[in-house]
Amino acid sequence: MKSLKIISAIFVKDLRVEWRNRETLASVCVFGILVVFLFTFAFEPGREETLRLLPGLLWISFAFAGVLCFSRSFAVERENSCLEGMALAPVDPGLIYLGKMLANLLFLSIAECVIVFAVSLWYNFSFVPSFRWFAPITFLGTLGYVAVGTTFGAIAANTHMREVMLPVLQFPVAAPVFIAGIEASTGALKGDPPSSYAGWIKLAAGFAVIFNVLSYLLFEYVLEE
Amino acid sequence: MGEVQRIFYIHVSSAWTAFLAYFLVFVGSVGYLWRQSPRADDLAQAAGEVGFVFCSAVLVTGPLWAKPVWGIWWTWDPRLTLTFVLWLLFVSYLMLRSYVSSPGRAATLAAVVGIIGFADVPLDYMAIRWWRGQHPQPVIAGGEGSGIEPRMWVALLVTWAAFLCLFSYLLWQRLRLAEARRELSALRRALAIRSPED
Repeated sequence: MKSLKIISAIFVKDLRVEWRNRETLASVCVFGILVVFLFTFAFEPGREETLRLLPGLLWISFAFAGVLCFSRSFAVERENSCLEGMALAPVDPGLIYLGKMLANLLFLSIAECVIVFAVSLWYNFSFVPSFRWFAPITFLGTLGYVAVGTTFGAIAANTHMREVMLPVLQFPVAAPVFIAGIEASTGALKGDPPSSYAGWIKLAAGFAVIFNVLSYLLFEYVLEE
Repeated sequence: MGEVQRIFYIHVSSAWTAFLAYFLVFVGSVGYLWRQSPRADDLAQAAGEVGFVFCSAVLVTGPLWAKPVWGIWWTWDPRLTLTFVLWLLFVSYLMLRSYVSSPGRAATLAAVVGIIGFADVPLDYMAIRWWRGQHPQPVIAGGEGSGIEPRMWVALLVTWAAFLCLFSYLLWQRLRLAEARRELSALRRALAIRSPED
């Protein structure tokens, strides 16, 4: 019960900061849409290729939007030494991780909805028939990605090459989640039976569980000064 | 395959050694977080640096062999992709170490990255294996029909033993260097306390 209060305190704090300056969400959405926009020039896909390229396009823009989201998440904490303040708080650091992770999950999910909406508009592609499977796949993939991103965002905030360090750290580690997300989304968008890509969903779920648990346990060392 | 086949021994031995090195990074990282002993951190750092060299050797010798045999420098086959991911993990680990200014902080953060990266390797392996399921099985332990001649096994194991000796020697030298550095900075500190006017 007390843990839930701590998690929600961090979570609500992040939402409040976001509500007051409205910087992160706007920049993350715009950045994600820009990736989609540039992609159009690179491939100029017709109707046939759209289905083949769409999952990759979506996950690449989710990946880049995520980098921005996670680095903003801890850039805010660096001002006025908020990170040190949190490290000194007499609570389990794992709970601080969960609060930050949930806030990042919410922001990135909102950005993903905006990106998916833009894609369906620009590419005349309806997500409605496959939404029942596409949405949970994307959610599971995002959950794993956010776990890695929140921890590495906090680590990168300690370095003097933050903008470079975060993608260098998280992309190799998050590779399985991108592969699983792209493969499962391809199956879902094509309308294949879910059993044909169940393995990928399990992999994404396993990734989300393993890295959330690891991050929960290791966040203590990330925060300590 | 002719003369170029001989690169196989160096290539496979380096690959095994690189994976072993990453395992040592993990061991050192866990040891450091658990016991806070600077020796464990030295081990992780040394294994990271030496492992990076061996992993680079794999990525250099691989294409050299592949060009005459397969006709291409690179293909996104599971083993190649996994080795490349391992190389990126080494790079990010070493980059992180050099971008954190305080040595104590660098050790702790690098240990966290070392553990997360190690947990990632099996998942990467599974994902990449499924993703490229249609590709040929690996030469060693790939089932019936694949495999190498017994005499080649001897040559391969001898090469690997030699590479392990080289790896241990480099690791040992790197550990001694870290030890000497720590001693030096301790002496410097002691000297500075004794004569503050300097």
